[in-house]
Amino acid sequence: MADVIEVGAARGDAPPPAANAARRAASAGRTRRATPYLFLAPYLVLFGVFGLLPIILGLWLSVHQWDFQLPNRPFVGFDNYKQLFSSDSAVYGDWWQSIRATAIFTVLSVPLLVVVPLGLALLLNRSFPGRTFFRAIYFAPYVLGVAVIGLLWRFLLDANLGLVNRLLGAVGLPSDTPWVTNMPWAWISLVGVTVWWTSGFNAVIYLAGLQDISPELYEAARMDGANAWQRFRNVTLPGLRPVLLFVITTTVLASANMFGQSFLITQGTPGTETRTVVWFIVEEGLRNNNAGRAAAMSIVFALLLAVVSIANFRLFRYKED
Amino acid sequence: MIQNDMSRRRLLGLGLGLGAAASLTLAGCGGDDSASGPAAGNGGKEYTGPKVDLKLWNGFTGGDGEIFKTLVNQFNTEHKNIAVSVATYQWEDYYNKLPGAASSGNGPDIAVMHMDQLATFAARGVITELDDVAKNLELAEGDFAPTVWKGGLYNNKRYGIPLDMHPLGFYYNKTVMQKAGLDPNKPPTTKDDYVAALTELKKAGIQGFWVSPFQFTGGMTFYSLLNQWGATLFDADVAKATFNSDPAVEACTWLVDMIKQGFSPANVGQDADYLSFKSGKNAFTWNGIWQINDLKKSPEVQWGVAPLPQIGSKPAAWANSHNFTIVKQRANDANKVSGAKVFINWLSEHSLDWAKGGQVPARKAVREGAEFKALPEISSLAPELEYAAFPPAAPGLGEVMTTFYNSFNEAALGKKSPKQALDDGVAKANKQLEDNRKKYGS
Repeated sequence: MADVIEVGAARGDAPPPAANAARRAASAGRTRRATPYLFLAPYLVLFGVFGLLPIILGLWLSVHQWDFQLPNRPFVGFDNYKQLFSSDSAVYGDWWQSIRATAIFTVLSVPLLVVVPLGLALLLNRSFPGRTFFRAIYFAPYVLGVAVIGLLWRFLLDANLGLVNRLLGAVGLPSDTPWVTNMPWAWISLVGVTVWWTSGFNAVIYLAGLQDISPELYEAARMDGANAWQRFRNVTLPGLRPVLLFVITTTVLASANMFGQSFLITQGTPGTETRTVVWFIVEEGLRNNNAGRAAAMSIVFALLLAVVSIANFRLFRYKED
Repeated sequence: MIQNDMSRRRLLGLGLGLGAAASLTLAGCGGDDSASGPAAGNGGKEYTGPKVDLKLWNGFTGGDGEIFKTLVNQFNTEHKNIAVSVATYQWEDYYNKLPGAASSGNGPDIAVMHMDQLATFAARGVITELDDVAKNLELAEGDFAPTVWKGGLYNNKRYGIPLDMHPLGFYYNKTVMQKAGLDPNKPPTTKDDYVAALTELKKAGIQGFWVSPFQFTGGMTFYSLLNQWGATLFDADVAKATFNSDPAVEACTWLVDMIKQGFSPANVGQDADYLSFKSGKNAFTWNGIWQINDLKKSPEVQWGVAPLPQIGSKPAAWANSHNFTIVKQRANDANKVSGAKVFINWLSEHSLDWAKGGQVPARKAVREGAEFKALPEISSLAPELEYAAFPPAAPGLGEVMTTFYNSFNEAALGKKSPKQALDDGVAKANKQLEDNRKKYGS
């Protein structure tokens, strides 16, 4: 500091030392304030371009009758939204049908996708011969793409030609179950295939969480005479709470976004009963070229999911209290 | 419901038109010198400008894609100043992709398209007018099935040059027919024969006519029957849906009753009707002409193909057609448009090679020629073109057709009575047509 002042004084044109120091302090302060933003910048840029901008564009589209190939894209106010809620519009029936399908699938699949992988993880967390092999086996389906598992199961589950009904018949069970074309079998198939396909992923996350729980806690619980259930209830579950919150939140969102399974396995049948929201939005926006209406649907659906996610977080916060 | 199943791919993958070749050669050469297009060139007669690179997109994902590429290579060899490159996509992706690619300047110059898509793409400004090409090739309605020819028009302007036509045919498994004591060389042609044959098959423990609830192929079977009963899907202006008329309901009921009477199993899965046919569990299937090539790959299957039996009051069969179109470009390059027209002209002339892959030629003259008649399976379906029922041309009709097929799906799966399913479908289709009218102003 002293050196600087001397140099400035020697040149005779420097500002008073106090002012100089203040400016430097201010500049340092600015740098300090900018630092976090600079660190955030790469993410903010990505979020802006791939998150915020599409949301704003989506809002813009949703108040227009928008077909990017047509020169005329009239502003229609909230018309696109109104159509989703007025029973005499062309999309009303399909839209609520798709909401219903998505809700059914989510309600049926999430509990299984939370509980089954947890059970798997508990088993795979024990030490036994071949543990690594089984860990790999249970995770294996997840590495397959939806097109692969979709076609595979569509043929396996075919009512008249499929292997599943053939095997059921061989052991004396009904062999004509319409697994992919009628209710309630279509939902059972979709949920079953999804559990088979994605359980491995949640199980791996649970496994990581389980390995974070200190063995001493189990040790202490044992010393206190806790049985296996009590140890699970009082050590494992509380230890997994953050993991559980993560798993439930992501699984709800993943299930609500289901598309490929019903697109490929049931193809929406019977009728359009298994056509999900995401599928319908894609169809409306990209196949039927009604991007405005599809954008309105996306926004309504996003709001619905936001409500569900907030409720989910609330639930866990109360538990913590 | 989706349409990206195996048979769809095959279907779409097929190029029919070929035979058109021979006669086009003659017609094309005699073109009128004064014909000149609004965009450029002389309607495809020749191109003498600087070298142009043209991109062509199609959906020929089957074996026909290879035949197509061979033809393109031959074209490139013969034309030093035009180089065509081909890209092939699944039709479903293709129709989604094309508008975006075209408007961003990354689209093809030439696009192959189904007849019923032309109006949508014309209305959306993706493809350009081709009246001069038709004129120069001296193509006229009399050379084609009138519906195919008119299907290329939108607002009285031509947007598509028909390449081929693909109808639904009646496939019968000879081995299965013999098992039931039926004459494998006499496939049923009338309603009474048909039901009698199915009854014999049933006695032999065979469900002889698997009715699929999906567009491929149950929906197209219903489409054919509806027309056989004298009904139509839409009124003449495609302003109102009419597929819930009394005859349409009767046609649907007859087909759904096949399941109730045990001639078909319930809950037939996607492609199961065809797979069971090939594996000898099913005797009859109404399927696209594109399956001829596939069946030829399975010499162990003894099969035949004939025009659809007449179940209703008149003959009718579902059919569609592939068309060449020229894609509008951001930067209008007259040389490219000229080159594209030359290509379309040339391929029409050389399409006979392609026809041998298994199609009914679009042109009457070729259909009646000896070379075509030497192809027994394919030429046996040629008579269907006199009464083929093509999908109507109206912009945005794709989603309305989906509604139609979904209605049939509900009826075939027993979710609703035929009447209820079709009534509900028509109510929705009419709203969609109304929306389309507002959107496209037609």
